[in-house]
Amino acid sequence: MSTERVVPRTADEVGVPDHIQYMHPTLVKNHGAWDWHDRPRPGVLHHVAKSGDEVWTVRAGTQRQMDVYTIRTLCDIGDDYADGHIRFTTRSNIEFMVSDEAKVEPLIAELGEHGFPVGGTGASVSMISHTQGWLHCDIPGTDASGVVKGLMDMLHHEFVDEQMPNRLRITTSCCQINCGGQGDIAINVQYTKPPKINHDLVANVCERPAVVARCPVAAIRPAMVNGKPTLEVDEKKCICCGACYPPCPPMQINGDDSTKIAIWVGGKHSNARTKPTFHKLAVANLPNNAPHWPEVNAVVKRIVDAYKADAKHWERMGEWIDRIGWNRFFDMTELAFTKHHLDTWTGARKSMNMSAHIHF
Amino acid sequence: MKDGEPHDGKVEEVEIHPTPMLDQLEDGPWPSFVTGLKRLRDSKGEKYAPMMNDLMGQLNHSYENRKGYWKGGVVSVYGYGGGIIPRYSEVADKFPASKEFHTLRVMPPPGFHYTTTILRKMCDLWEEHGSGLIAFHGQSGDIMFQGVSTEKTQGAFDALNKIGFDLGGAGPALRTAMSCVGAARCEQSCFDEARAHRGIINNLLDEMHRPSLPYKFKFKFSGCGNDCVNAIHRADFAVIGTWRDDMKVNQEEVKKHVAKVGRKYMIDTVISMCPTRALSLNDDDTLDVDNKSCVRCMHCINVMTKALSPGDDRGASILIGGKRSLKVGDMMGIMIKPFIKLDTDEDYEALEEFAEECVEFFADNALEHERVGETIDRIGLPSFLEAVGVEADPNMVNHPRTSSYVRTDDFDEEAAKWFERKATEAGMTVAGE
Repeated sequence: MSTERVVPRTADEVGVPDHIQYMHPTLVKNHGAWDWHDRPRPGVLHHVAKSGDEVWTVRAGTQRQMDVYTIRTLCDIGDDYADGHIRFTTRSNIEFMVSDEAKVEPLIAELGEHGFPVGGTGASVSMISHTQGWLHCDIPGTDASGVVKGLMDMLHHEFVDEQMPNRLRITTSCCQINCGGQGDIAINVQYTKPPKINHDLVANVCERPAVVARCPVAAIRPAMVNGKPTLEVDEKKCICCGACYPPCPPMQINGDDSTKIAIWVGGKHSNARTKPTFHKLAVANLPNNAPHWPEVNAVVKRIVDAYKADAKHWERMGEWIDRIGWNRFFDMTELAFTKHHLDTWTGARKSMNMSAHIHF
Repeated sequence: MKDGEPHDGKVEEVEIHPTPMLDQLEDGPWPSFVTGLKRLRDSKGEKYAPMMNDLMGQLNHSYENRKGYWKGGVVSVYGYGGGIIPRYSEVADKFPASKEFHTLRVMPPPGFHYTTTILRKMCDLWEEHGSGLIAFHGQSGDIMFQGVSTEKTQGAFDALNKIGFDLGGAGPALRTAMSCVGAARCEQSCFDEARAHRGIINNLLDEMHRPSLPYKFKFKFSGCGNDCVNAIHRADFAVIGTWRDDMKVNQEEVKKHVAKVGRKYMIDTVISMCPTRALSLNDDDTLDVDNKSCVRCMHCINVMTKALSPGDDRGASILIGGKRSLKVGDMMGIMIKPFIKLDTDEDYEALEEFAEECVEFFADNALEHERVGETIDRIGLPSFLEAVGVEADPNMVNHPRTSSYVRTDDFDEEAAKWFERKATEAGMTVAGE
């Protein structure tokens, strides 16, 4: 046995890197000194600096989960048209900045040639903000990149055009923790059955007091099964949220039939006009039929089409529903309003209509 | 033999797993990640090809059985406690080459700017050490280098670190931050988002690399109320650009806008949509702005980008306590500092100090697995304000309390403090002028 110890390299704790070294020179030069912008066409932003400098940004959709070949193709395009600089948006779109307007159309053509849709600006459906799913998460109820690909295929024309009343932001989450976040339309896993517990494994795998503490409704308690310390769930209290599953994998919350999809509407991050809002339940219990989620996609399409047809310019999904009322929302989207739409969680009362205001 | 080289210098020929479910995701106009995975799988001679073959086999298996097959564990690099997301396959008997498929969370530059040169370096090193699969970016803002074995994790990190990148956050720790494009390309930006972002995070790096907080703590930076990085919903500490003087109006451009879109459309889409009725259209098609009633929501500025812009006295608001569902339900941040000036070095230092104070409060007072928003709910906002040295402000509430269940015997002393503070502020304003 060798006594030689390999001493690993000590990290250089550089932290957040300096962005200036990576920024397009026109952006560096005009940092903090921009004057106005417009959108000459869908997928293109045009910013004018106080110095008079101009920059055109061409935005394109990506698959987010990218192989090195795709990244190098995007780099080639960046070298040929955008002076070797690119950036990404919050929603995983790629942006190429050019300071010469003449480069815009050839750049768009080049992106098209390589299958990258140009769009996602203004009143469009931008890329779906999503999670990891079966590809890499340890607790997923469904996939992310796959179902998002299917949805974006369906909504492709709404990405490349700007024909929505306002921005339409869609998110997906593969469990109820909701890492995908709030959206105009949020498509999230909704569990429908209590966890199935493998009592042989709990004592060895789970820190039981921590799991008990994790339950939002105090439905988990210590128990002995077949002489082994384990946990049990009061299934009458259980709300099937899955919070116990991450700290205790033997409490399997997923089932091929019990893991369902719920669609939520009216979430909004921006402070424009109305304050930021959370999304609200539209429909639950849709089947998790990946890869194409046909039942989910059909409902998403109905909601998108109703919003597109009826909302006024600049109304986001939630603002549109506020105006027309939930009555008409459920009518227009042919969805059912049920007792499950009545909130029962802390603060639920604030979501009730305590007035004589009604919609017909 | 060099680390990472196959034992016989050759790549083993492997049988390709059929992936009928994934194959369905190659049609259609949106870029397909499956096609990308196949490119990696079919990269003859590349060390990662067998790993990606098994990765695709496992993913297809998940699609068929509607079940995930990864479990977590503990993997880290020398000197760090976090930043790696370990993944071990539960079906490694069927798919051995991807039995370890860890992710390196790597902090991006603020605003997600890159040169093609640095991206190519990332690609090269990830082909050398990992799977060739990279996500730009995860929901936390990290560049996710997905797919590396335990053995190669240190080498992958060393290579990334040598080109100037560092691991992000994972576990109960300070997490990777995000900022919008901001001042780099947006006229609506009200502060230097990147400066605040780097200043705060790099000052608290120890909390990221050696997790010891009760739970996660996230910062996000948006240059205006449009909040392009979703900070109010998603961050424990959201910094949102704003201004406190009058917004700027170019009346000639307003007139041009009205002439272009028509008076009715202008009224419907701008005047009537102002949330505080702070706008009206004058008879000569210029804009009348009641700046004292304006809440800096950004709507009219978004519509008339050439005519309207934020004022000159710029800075930011700080909202604290946003988070996702676990375990009490989703929460948004609460307005804690309505306005901080962000201009001078001292201003940015004061922001860093306040951020540090809030993280320290969280470290000292939160229960295990409690986010700071939940802590505030548990102890009450007044106790939190006292702890971090902030005075109560009407901008913190939609309206004052409606419940009489509160003990108010020191109300007069509190009111005296308020009037004293108002007098001081008024004095400072006079002195400043």
